[in-house]
Amino acid sequence: MTETITGLADLLDRRALLPGLAAVSQSDVITALGRKLEMIGKVHGSYVGAVLSREGTMPTGLPLDAIHVAIPHTDPIHVISPAVAVATLNTPVTFASMEDPDEWLPVRVVFLLALNDKHRQLAMLQQIAALIQDGPRLTRIVDAPDVDTLWHELAA
Amino acid sequence: MKRKTILVACGTAVATSTVVASAIEEAMQERGISIILRQCKATELPSLAADADVIVSTTPVPDGLGKPVIKGLPFLTGIGKAATLDQIEAALRD
Repeated sequence: MTETITGLADLLDRRALLPGLAAVSQSDVITALGRKLEMIGKVHGSYVGAVLSREGTMPTGLPLDAIHVAIPHTDPIHVISPAVAVATLNTPVTFASMEDPDEWLPVRVVFLLALNDKHRQLAMLQQIAALIQDGPRLTRIVDAPDVDTLWHELAA
Repeated sequence: MKRKTILVACGTAVATSTVVASAIEEAMQERGISIILRQCKATELPSLAADADVIVSTTPVPDGLGKPVIKGLPFLTGIGKAATLDQIEAALRD
């Protein structure tokens, strides 16, 4: 049996995609996405609190050319099986920069990562890195009006 | 050149440092530089830095590590990636 390389498309679930989420804070976004992952059995009840507290001390905002992104995550102990939940925000929410916690970024796309094995999830992480470096694709993701459109843009 | 060790750090040692380590490995291979890569959490750096030649981190690192520290975020954002690779190569050749 050959080992399956798990890509982004394998780790998405339509129930954990929230296009145009109305949120006023990073904790709103993380909680909304994290509860979806909890509901579909991907993470333990401790996951949301662990991500929120980690984001406070080690933030995950990524400064890009136009649309800023955040990739909140936490230790594998809180994860049941790997998954990625995604929200887009019509009104940006501020996240601190991963590189400089004193720099605040208006973020439009949040990838909440539930990871438990760095080797098996490398492909997915590389796909997210490639995706956020692709400005036109990121714009289509932000503009996706519904779950199906968002799914297609992410899984492409 | 003696094979040198790059220590790649991030918050959890699971997510961003994995992407960064893999990108560095590929790029250094292309440049014909053989390296040893290790991953760790930023909080583990003070105890692990002694065995490394260069540190690359996506998050802020504690002071006084005594080794060159290079920012790893360009491997995630693509912004300034070539310059960062040059910086790593220069630090390795020091």
